[in-house]
Amino acid sequence: MKEKVLSILEEVCEDDIIRKEGDLNLFEEGLLDSLSLVQLLVMLEDEAGIVIAPSELNREDIATPDKLIAYVEERC
Amino acid sequence: MEFYGGLSFFLLLMLILIPAIILGIMEKNLRYYTLLASVIVIGMVFWDKPVSGFYLILYSIIELFLVKGYLYLRKRYGRKAWIYRSAVVLSIVPLLLCKVSEVQGLMQIRLFAFIGISYLTFRVIQIIIETYDGVITELKIIDFMNFLLFFPTFSCGPIDRSRRFEKDSLTPYKRSEYLDLVGDGLQKLLTGIVYKFVIAALIHRVLELVDADLNFISNLEYAYLYGFYMFFDFAGYSLMAVGTGAFFGIRVPMNFDRPFSSIDIKDFWNRWHITLSQWFRDFLFSRFVMLGFQKKWFKDRLYAAVLGFMINMTVMGIWHGLSIHYIIYGLYHGVLLGLTEIYQKKSKFYKKYKKKQWYRIISWFITLQLVMFGFLIFSGRIL
Repeated sequence: MKEKVLSILEEVCEDDIIRKEGDLNLFEEGLLDSLSLVQLLVMLEDEAGIVIAPSELNREDIATPDKLIAYVEERC
Repeated sequence: MEFYGGLSFFLLLMLILIPAIILGIMEKNLRYYTLLASVIVIGMVFWDKPVSGFYLILYSIIELFLVKGYLYLRKRYGRKAWIYRSAVVLSIVPLLLCKVSEVQGLMQIRLFAFIGISYLTFRVIQIIIETYDGVITELKIIDFMNFLLFFPTFSCGPIDRSRRFEKDSLTPYKRSEYLDLVGDGLQKLLTGIVYKFVIAALIHRVLELVDADLNFISNLEYAYLYGFYMFFDFAGYSLMAVGTGAFFGIRVPMNFDRPFSSIDIKDFWNRWHITLSQWFRDFLFSRFVMLGFQKKWFKDRLYAAVLGFMINMTVMGIWHGLSIHYIIYGLYHGVLLGLTEIYQKKSKFYKKYKKKQWYRIISWFITLQLVMFGFLIFSGRIL
């Protein structure tokens, strides 16, 4: 699952830095914004079968690659 | 009487706040008193407008049934898109009737014409959408009514979120916490009074002196004066609403964050009427883009963003009222946001210099002119 989340995140952010730095703040670095966040949710649903509604999501919970992976793994 | 206007309102406000402060100091929960206070204040405001008052009561009953009905259906039948969409559409019908019957010469009577309906509708839609998402599974009648009718934010926001509001209203504040909150609230309330009744009123006086002839100089003067008037008037009102809310233990979100220091239009919408733009971001822009990605409508992300911004801001413009200058205002900001997005994603120049001081100053200056021109459109002076 970790690999899947990372590859989705890499595609959405268009940057492989997310693989190197697990505690990078995705919003502060401009790698995620409201648009790419939505794309991320859609891809998680399509490719990993995890349904997350935008209003459930607290940006703080998924602010870094590590946090996102933990969040997704908890949801499976 | 009107909200935050005239001596009688502020006298009533002082009277209404006293029991709240006593209850707060005694560390009692305030939610029942909050609802009572809202009913009294709204009752007094609508006292001499019985028709509006009737529509408000009718509206509240309809929306209560919709919200409770949809909660029941969601539990019973799960995530059914058509039920969800019907509930959203039905919840907007009163607002649509209001806005359409507002247009002159279209209808004989004005339907659902009462102050605050535009803002109440946001609250109801948010609840329905989050019920569909499965985040809201339960809502007591008292909590719904308290949120819907919360008098400090009744007429013009800030637009709070029901889960956040409910959490605050259930928080058992310690005496010292409550007093801190009230101290901060009082300061905001007083700042708001100065903003609205001193600074905005003063600017409005000057605004009336601007040459009625439409030429470059007079329009420039009007745009700037109107922009600053709008800010002090609305930020002043919002501060009063946030400040008043604090007395009831509610941390109403702030609506403005130094908007004239924005360095681009996206930045501006994170600083101007924040609760409105965040509402549109979360419940229109995101949802539209999500649907588009799922149905594969978009060639690429940039296209999705631009289309999303256009739709988002146009709806925001229409929401202000069905007048040509509001719609153009929405379109104008939609185009600006779209162009900004394209420029920031595509331009090497932008990526190279965006963090440089000189770039930020130029960008800020241009943004300010675009924003002020937007206000000129919004004011209706040139259309």
